[in-house]
Amino acid sequence: MFEVIRNETIGENLHKMVVSAPRIASARKPGQFVIVRLAPGEERIPLTISDADPVAGTITLFIQAVGASTRKIVGTRVGETIRDVAGPLGNGSRIINWGRVACVGGGVGTAVLYPLVKALAQAGNRITTIIGGRSAPSIILGDELSPLSDSLLITTEDGSLGTKGYVTEPLRDLLADPRRVPQAVFAVGPVPMMKAVAEMTRKQGIETIVSLNPIMIDGTGMCGGCRVQIGSETKFACVDGPEFDGALVDFDGLSDRLTSYRTEEADSCRASECRIGLGKGAP
Amino acid sequence: MKNGLMTIQERMALERCVMPQLAADVRIRSFDEVNRGLGAHQALMEAKRCLRCRDRGCVAGCPVGVSIPEFITAVASDDLPRAARILRGDNELPAVCGRVCPQETQCEALCVRRIKGDAVAIGYLERYVADWAMSNPDRLLRDPAPTPTGYSVAVVGSGPAGLTAAGELARYGHAVTLFEALHDTGGVLRYGIPEFRLPKEIIDGEVEFLRQQGVVIECNVIIGKTLTVAQLRSQFTAVFIANGAGLPVMLNIPGENLKGVYTANEFLTRVNLMDAGRRDDNPTPVIKRREVAVIGGGNAALDCVRTARRLGAERTMIVYRRSETEMPARIQEIHHAREEGVEFVMLTAPTALLSTGDGWVSGLRCLKMELGLPDASGRRRPEAISGSEFELPAGVVIIAVGTVANPLLTASAPDIPLNKFGNILINSDGATGVPGLFAGGDIVRGGATVILAMGDGKRAAVTINEYLERS
Repeated sequence: MFEVIRNETIGENLHKMVVSAPRIASARKPGQFVIVRLAPGEERIPLTISDADPVAGTITLFIQAVGASTRKIVGTRVGETIRDVAGPLGNGSRIINWGRVACVGGGVGTAVLYPLVKALAQAGNRITTIIGGRSAPSIILGDELSPLSDSLLITTEDGSLGTKGYVTEPLRDLLADPRRVPQAVFAVGPVPMMKAVAEMTRKQGIETIVSLNPIMIDGTGMCGGCRVQIGSETKFACVDGPEFDGALVDFDGLSDRLTSYRTEEADSCRASECRIGLGKGAP
Repeated sequence: MKNGLMTIQERMALERCVMPQLAADVRIRSFDEVNRGLGAHQALMEAKRCLRCRDRGCVAGCPVGVSIPEFITAVASDDLPRAARILRGDNELPAVCGRVCPQETQCEALCVRRIKGDAVAIGYLERYVADWAMSNPDRLLRDPAPTPTGYSVAVVGSGPAGLTAAGELARYGHAVTLFEALHDTGGVLRYGIPEFRLPKEIIDGEVEFLRQQGVVIECNVIIGKTLTVAQLRSQFTAVFIANGAGLPVMLNIPGENLKGVYTANEFLTRVNLMDAGRRDDNPTPVIKRREVAVIGGGNAALDCVRTARRLGAERTMIVYRRSETEMPARIQEIHHAREEGVEFVMLTAPTALLSTGDGWVSGLRCLKMELGLPDASGRRRPEAISGSEFELPAGVVIIAVGTVANPLLTASAPDIPLNKFGNILINSDGATGVPGLFAGGDIVRGGATVILAMGDGKRAAVTINEYLERS
């Protein structure tokens, strides 16, 4: 049993939860994730560990409540418990001093990016952070990322915060500027965003690391459900990743596999809304 | 027959019992257990078939050395508490073994009665006694609690090897903590074997028995990630590693990443561990299609194909590159699958998984095979017949061609000796050569059977006990 210490809404459908998990808090490295199962009978959900406090024995999770299961998880109140939290899983990020790096986050991917930026800053990198989302409420962690970055650029699709447009636009400017061009790029967000970033940096041969979030069950390499095509090889995101060389990832294949359960998920959302009386129309 | 005792001739005249089963048309609509278990009279008569021969071939054929004639004699004299005590004394998981052990190639294969007929149904009797014990806890003869030794042992993995080692070590009086990576116990017993062969309450019952023996169980702890082997070695006097061979083998043919393609582990885990497809409101989904092809010939392949049938598939196929004779699956499972309408597409090797272009698998391209000379496994090697290409339609394809060692734990502990496949190297008594570190089960053997893993756990417990007494 893992007690919920804090649970705040920090954006549209986005919760920051602090959970007591002392062993995971001690063992965890930036880039790793946990698998959370709220209660018996519920789904196993992979969630990135955004921060950890080994002294307090807590981990911080940012959870976008978009499916039936994540909605139930964020519905857990402070003092209540989550039945299962397993981790830390996956490999920690390779953190070195590259010199200049660009960190690009899209939507809730920014929560995955945050521990990376923190570790990269500690390693002495000079960081340009670019975060984007649909509109102002989907921009998260700006206050936390700003002091870690040389500059923080924000884009929104509707222009309600920062520059109107996509994260790729400020990145294009950065790549075109010889004085600011980064030695490495980290990108975390929706698959089309990571694909677009990888295509831009490939031309200049800039090392680009992406963090993938495919469908996963056990998270320990057992099921192979999270397999992704990396160059000519099939890799398991849970044990070989979750970070991979963006130049080698088959993003189209990943996108497609993510739709495997679209029909079932829509059904499940509708069923849960009926049961718990949330909302009116299902997505 | 005098005084209720039978002569050898009378015993010889008794025919082997027939396990009552759910009818095939009933069972393909549910996950209820196929074998229903013997009735009391059936079990009594079957027990009387045992001749109590001197050879005791059955005991030699059992990887955990169950005192088979002794427990069967107790059944024959209608003394089930004594039968249960004898059985439990040798076997930590009798209700599991009575269901999933390949008795036909082990104890029963060496039964003297096979010379002139059928072996004693040892497996059925084991299950009968174990099930009786589980539903009659008040009548069990319990050994006094052992004196605590003050030594502590960590067991990694709650599959058959880990559960067995934990139970044996607890009996010696050692403080045992069992670590499990998943959210529930049992390892492959729970995520791998479907309920129509091994109901979850049987695993729960066996695990509960271990808890009563004082074994502490911690789920959601991944050794190599949550805690390291080094941490375990500093916190416990000895460590037994039995984390299984969890990594699925792929075929490396085109189309394996199409939607609708599963590994056996993923498909079985979804359905068995997560209950996918079994309730309409279950949050973990599984893809259901009319035509399902399972590639492979082992028990996992059979478990997948029969599960797919129960999820509503109309055409279910086992696609195997050798012939039925070479299939590693148990004969009983092949027989049950055929009764359930599973097609056996033999001497067939898939060369590609096909799609109609929408990202979903639509079938398999296959080559017909013929058997050549025996290969390293002793089985005749399948060879492709040129020009024999054909296609099979399938909306779900499940790859069930085995597993290899999971590197999660061993990658974090470089001093553990491994072979070239990543399996832990041990000497004949389960020691790794690293002081205080022992291993067994599939992480040592690669993919093997439940009972061989249990044999490893039992043997390692003896070795660990000796090690602790020396330390």
